[in-house]
Amino acid sequence: MRYSGWKVITQGLLGNAGWTRAWRDPAPKAEYDAIVIGGGGHGLATAYYLAKNHGLTNVAVLEKGYLGSGNIGRNTTIVRANYFLPGNSEFYSHSLKLWEKLEGELNYNVMHSQRGHIILFHSDGQRDAAARRGNAIVNQGDDAELLSVAQLKEMMPYLDYEQSRFPIYGGLIQRRAGTARHDAVAWGYARAADALGVDLIQNCEVTGIDIEGGRVTGVQTTRGAIRAKKVGMVVAGRSSQVAAMAGMRLPIESHVLQAFVTEGLKPVIDNVVSYGMGHFYISQSDKGGLVFGGDIDMYASYAARGNLPMVEHVMEAGMTLMPMLARARVLRSWGGIMDMTPDGSPIIDKTHIDGFFVDAGWNYGGFKAAPASGWCMAHLMATGTSHEVARRFRLDRFRTGHVLDEEGTGSQHNLH
Amino acid sequence: MRLTCPLCGPRDRREFYYSGSEDYLNRPAADAPAEAWDDMLHLRVNPAGVTRDLWYHETGCGSWLVVTRNTVTHEILATERVADRKGGAA
Repeated sequence: MRYSGWKVITQGLLGNAGWTRAWRDPAPKAEYDAIVIGGGGHGLATAYYLAKNHGLTNVAVLEKGYLGSGNIGRNTTIVRANYFLPGNSEFYSHSLKLWEKLEGELNYNVMHSQRGHIILFHSDGQRDAAARRGNAIVNQGDDAELLSVAQLKEMMPYLDYEQSRFPIYGGLIQRRAGTARHDAVAWGYARAADALGVDLIQNCEVTGIDIEGGRVTGVQTTRGAIRAKKVGMVVAGRSSQVAAMAGMRLPIESHVLQAFVTEGLKPVIDNVVSYGMGHFYISQSDKGGLVFGGDIDMYASYAARGNLPMVEHVMEAGMTLMPMLARARVLRSWGGIMDMTPDGSPIIDKTHIDGFFVDAGWNYGGFKAAPASGWCMAHLMATGTSHEVARRFRLDRFRTGHVLDEEGTGSQHNLH
Repeated sequence: MRLTCPLCGPRDRREFYYSGSEDYLNRPAADAPAEAWDDMLHLRVNPAGVTRDLWYHETGCGSWLVVTRNTVTHEILATERVADRKGGAA
């Protein structure tokens, strides 16, 4: 069924009795041309682009829980392409372009809102760095603009510009950046992939990877063995466990990242604001809740909930930047499991096992990457070669020294 | 979360700096191949369950500790000074 405004009106008049299931619930077949492990945003996008771009429709997505039950539904929904390093820059640029056409492509309202993302800076040195980053973004073909304090004050009169330690010197805005409705992205890709013939198999946990003579031949699951000559693992948050089934260790350590939302408030924060000095960022959801977060808790964890020191730190940073937050009440907080790589950049690559591909290591930036990650992973699985915008996301780059350290803090697990 | 420092007793998590897996203690020889260094610096088992990692008692006694803990429950199972380990370097 194709969705449209007309459908909403006619279905409303007919008691909404005509809506059908958004996707099928098939039993797994004995064999597929390709298997994608993981029914999150990236996995579903991979399956969709395998079918759409490469004509591979005999594909299964295996999800141990329900579709979109991982970080695609647990993030702070920011979509941006303001990266600096060659390797990251073209990839996120590609992703943002896909975002801009996603709703029409998927026939699904993902509530993509290009409300602008602002990085604040607090010294002359940081202004220079922001200008340089802005130039890199413009050179890539995306938009970036330096904002003076006067311009910022017009947009955001509620920031505390004269903080004692970090007075605000200006900001770097990307106007095409913004937010999207996170779980709608998973559902949109799921529905569109299903419509092209992809089998979305839920409650189907992979328990083993079958490898014969250095070639992948299929997977073992809680719903039986399934054969395939191509298997892609797209399971950020559990990458190390699935890779272990193939006898691999990945350059990944799992950390918890917390996020917070207040009760619904009237519209007050029009953009996404990122306050690097306090490790704090904030936006307002369409429901009115202020959605904000900070840094990871900084120790390996799979708990999907964090500890209080980081809660305190985030609240302090928020109060420093926006004293008006004192009146808002936090409704809830939660944590997600992040695949942290030593350099803070992801991995989309083949492995030493023929036919076994890895899409992992999304750190705390996976949401905005979902379309391009799916696009490039599908390209890799279908053609066996890296897509040109993902060619630096190599699995072996830590050994060879070709790291992508966007933050410039070093290539070590506890530094990102 | 609290960690029990063998010298200082139970202390708040904020007193400690997290360094990473205890793999960092298995430093290869200077002339070891790149693979050995990659192993020590980057590649991880990264268990969902019991793990052993290195913490530095930054605002306490300055000890480096090996902490055995559960990454799923955040339960702390044991703490031990690196210097007290058999054959451990100070």
